[in-house]
Parts: sequence; structure tokens; C-alpha cells
Amino acid sequence: MSLSGRYVIAGIGHTAFGKLPGHDTVSLNVEACRHALDDAGVDKALVDAVFVKVPTSAHQFMYGQKVAEALGITPRMGGCWDQGGAANITLLSFAIMAIEAGQCDVALVCYADNPRTGNRAVYGRPRGDDAAYGWFSTAAGYAMIHRRHMIEYGTRPEDFAAVAMASRNHGAGNPNAQLRAPLDLDKYMASPWVVDPLRKDDCALVSDGGAALVVMSAKRAQQLGVAQPVPVLGFGHGQTSFELPQRATLTSTEAARAAHTAFQMAGARPQDVDVAQLYDCFTVTVLMTLEDYGFCRKGEAGAFVRGGAIAHGGRLPVNTSGGLLSETGMPGLQLIMEGVRQMRGTARLQVPGAKLCVVSNQGGTMHTHGTLLLGN
Amino acid sequence: MDMPKPEPTELSRPYWDALREGHLVFQRCSCGNAWLPARRHCPHCLKPEPRWERSRGKATLVSWVVYHTAYHPAFESRLPYNVALVQLAEGPRLLTNIVDANEALVADAPVELQIEWEGDTALARFRLAHVTV
Repeated sequence: MSLSGRYVIAGIGHTAFGKLPGHDTVSLNVEACRHALDDAGVDKALVDAVFVKVPTSAHQFMYGQKVAEALGITPRMGGCWDQGGAANITLLSFAIMAIEAGQCDVALVCYADNPRTGNRAVYGRPRGDDAAYGWFSTAAGYAMIHRRHMIEYGTRPEDFAAVAMASRNHGAGNPNAQLRAPLDLDKYMASPWVVDPLRKDDCALVSDGGAALVVMSAKRAQQLGVAQPVPVLGFGHGQTSFELPQRATLTSTEAARAAHTAFQMAGARPQDVDVAQLYDCFTVTVLMTLEDYGFCRKGEAGAFVRGGAIAHGGRLPVNTSGGLLSETGMPGLQLIMEGVRQMRGTARLQVPGAKLCVVSNQGGTMHTHGTLLLGN
Repeated sequence: MDMPKPEPTELSRPYWDALREGHLVFQRCSCGNAWLPARRHCPHCLKPEPRWERSRGKATLVSWVVYHTAYHPAFESRLPYNVALVQLAEGPRLLTNIVDANEALVADAPVELQIEWEGDTALARFRLAHVTV
């Protein structure tokens, strides 16, 4: 029997985003979990699984157990997973499959990090022996992909700008957003190079903060009287895995396979989607995700976004709370939370009547990908 | 400020030693698969003991970036500098620098090996190949 629609996100919670001096990542996880449990109206005593994504800026041994200890929970299942930014959807999938298999009943999925006040060295790190050639940073790998997309498909700076403008202008009115400065094409074009062809406005924020989800079966949510459970209709995964120089192509990833699995599970098609929360670590990621998911053909994402399709009010509003470019650079859970709000009908920039939301999470330099479909 | 140096391992030392002797080498498995960087096993058929093979040094420029931020102090004086992804005629891809001006770089341009020394390290850089008639 399909899992589609039989499991729900029962609660969501997050900390403040931005600069949070004096907080460690464990306490940020606890804060986010506390809010998520409150939102679900579920007592901590019912939680018997804690799935944690590793803090990007500070990998630690047995980190999942540290978080569970700080939560005062002795879970049946739990631990820490490293797969970059796609890990959130993976952990949500693991939680659902574990509950289905009778291994646990109510799960927390959470993530927190503090690279902004802590150590952000991970984002500028030397990449092995290639550092001898000056090969440093996360941004540079995406810049390499960004240029190849321009080469193969004639994608223009205006197209990348349209992605940045959607996230930034949606986030501008979000009181929780870290960067609330709207963006127009002139400002984008004047934005300084980081690693050409990437401008500063193409790049995710660096943020402190955390977020959490409460996951259970739809049946359990009903028994517990959860007020606004949001059903998970589909999920899927795909991993490119090879380091950037070893890939035969730079302009497509296993995102297509992830989406195919998720849409098949949900019995839905891309044209059924009302609103999308797409991982915008860098603008090219959104363009390639639109293509790989089938919202447009390969190479046509530039034309797709050029006319305002992904702005609120367009035919596929994307990143309605600001994404990684405006709300918080936290890798991915903010997108799942905004998907939940859209399906509850409580988003600040609500898409009227939205019934299907797609969320993408992505990790590494497009190494890993997760797709999530939420309904109501 | 010293440039970051590669840290040859038992596995990768033949690669760096070959550059010192004026050759760019890559690994090839008996199944025909060729790759960089060095591995113990062929990622296609998983057989061990690939052999080292010399590249002719001809490649194509796949993509490149130009750093406007130095993530290491040794590169501050070199800004803006490029890092390029090239594909050897034999198949393997590697990261490198193109020694020509950043403005001269063109997608899919033919490039050729130009080994350069940084201190006591030989690096596999490339230059734009000027096609002769």
C-alpha cells in the first residue's frame, strides 16, 4: 500500500535567523524542536525518534545523540546524517519509512548551525590538491556550472537575476527573513563578482539558526488532535555523487530521477504543482531544478523565468518566504516549512487555493538531491 | 606568502612526479576506462591496479571561473585569476589554470598543456591552442 498521504508533517518550528551570538548548534536544535512540538500540540514524551542533519560548519562525533540528550529524549531510533543540504528530505523520508515499519511512532527531524557567528571556513575551504591552482570555496563549483549553462543554452544574466529577484522580493516582507532588501535587475547587475560568473546576489546567505519538523502517521495525528497536519504525498532521491571535474556533464543532475520517483509516488505531474520551494543555494540551482523537474525543457529555464512566472502571482510562484537567498542560508528546512504553510493556507504570500507544493533540497555541489511533494 | 601545495600520497605521487619530469599522466584500467585523480580501483569495473598513461596534453576548455575574492592570501596578488575545467583528448577531466588573459577564454576552445613551476611544485596548466593552417 502506497505511503502517499498516509504520513504528515504535524508541526514545524524554527529559531530566529541571522546572527545569533551565544547559541551553540545543540541549543538551536532544542529551540527549534520546542517550537515544532508546540506547533503540533504534541508532548515531548511521545517522541521516540530524533533524526538530525549534521551541522555543516562543525561536524561532530555522535551529534544526533547530543541533540537527543539535550532534548531529554531516549529515542528508539535516531542519529546524524551527512548528505549536505538534501539530508532534510532524506531524514523526513527515513522517519516515514521507519514509522511504517513499526520502528518508531513520532519523529523529530531537525537541523541547526551557526556559521555566521561561529566558523564559516567550510564555505571557503581548499578543495584538495586542486587548491594549488586556486580552487577554493563552495561558490566556485556552482560558478563553473553556471557558466556551462550559459554556454550550452544561452542563459542570460537576466535569467539568473529573475531567480534572485523572486526569492529576495518574496523575502523582503517576511519579518523572519535575514535579508529583507528587495532586488531589481539594476541592483543585480551592479552586484559585485564573488567568483565570476557568480555575483554576490547569486549566492546563499550565511546564517545561524535551526528548524525542526514533527512527523507521524495521518492516523496518529488524528488520534492526537493535531490541528493542521500536512500530508506528505511523495518523496524521491537522486545522487550524482561524482566530484564536479569527474562528471560527464555539468548541466543536469539526478534531480530528474528524484522528482520522477516523488511524482510517481504522489500520482501527480509537474503541471499539477501550484507552488514550489526550490533550493536556491545559488541561482543556477533553481534554473536546473525547474528543467530537471520537467516544468520546462532542458535549457529553457531562462525563458521560463524571464517573464515573471516564478514571482508571487506568476504561474509557478517559487520560494514564497525568501529561500536561501533571503530568508536564511540554512540548507533546506525553511523550504519544507514554507511548503507546510502554503498547504495549510497560512503563508504570508499565500498562493490562493494551492493544493500541491513541490520542495527541493540539494547538497554538495549538486551531489545529492531530494524532492518532496506536500498536499492538503 | 607561499602557495598551497599538493600533498602527494602513495597513491598520487606518480602523478606529481610525472609532472616534474614534464608529463601529464592519468590512470587507465584494463577495461579501457580512464580517469583522474588517482584511485586504487576502476570506478567502472572495480578492478584494482590501473596503469599510468601519458596524455598528449591536448584538451578542450569545458568551463571556467574567475576569482574576485582570494580565499587564501597567496592568491590576493593574482586576482582576478581563473580556474578552468578541461577535458583531455583521452577523456579524463581536470581542474587547472589557463595561462592566457581571462578575457581571451572561449567555451570549448582547444587548449594544450603548459607545465609551470610554483616553487618546487610542477603544475599542469594549459594555454589556448592557436590553430595553425
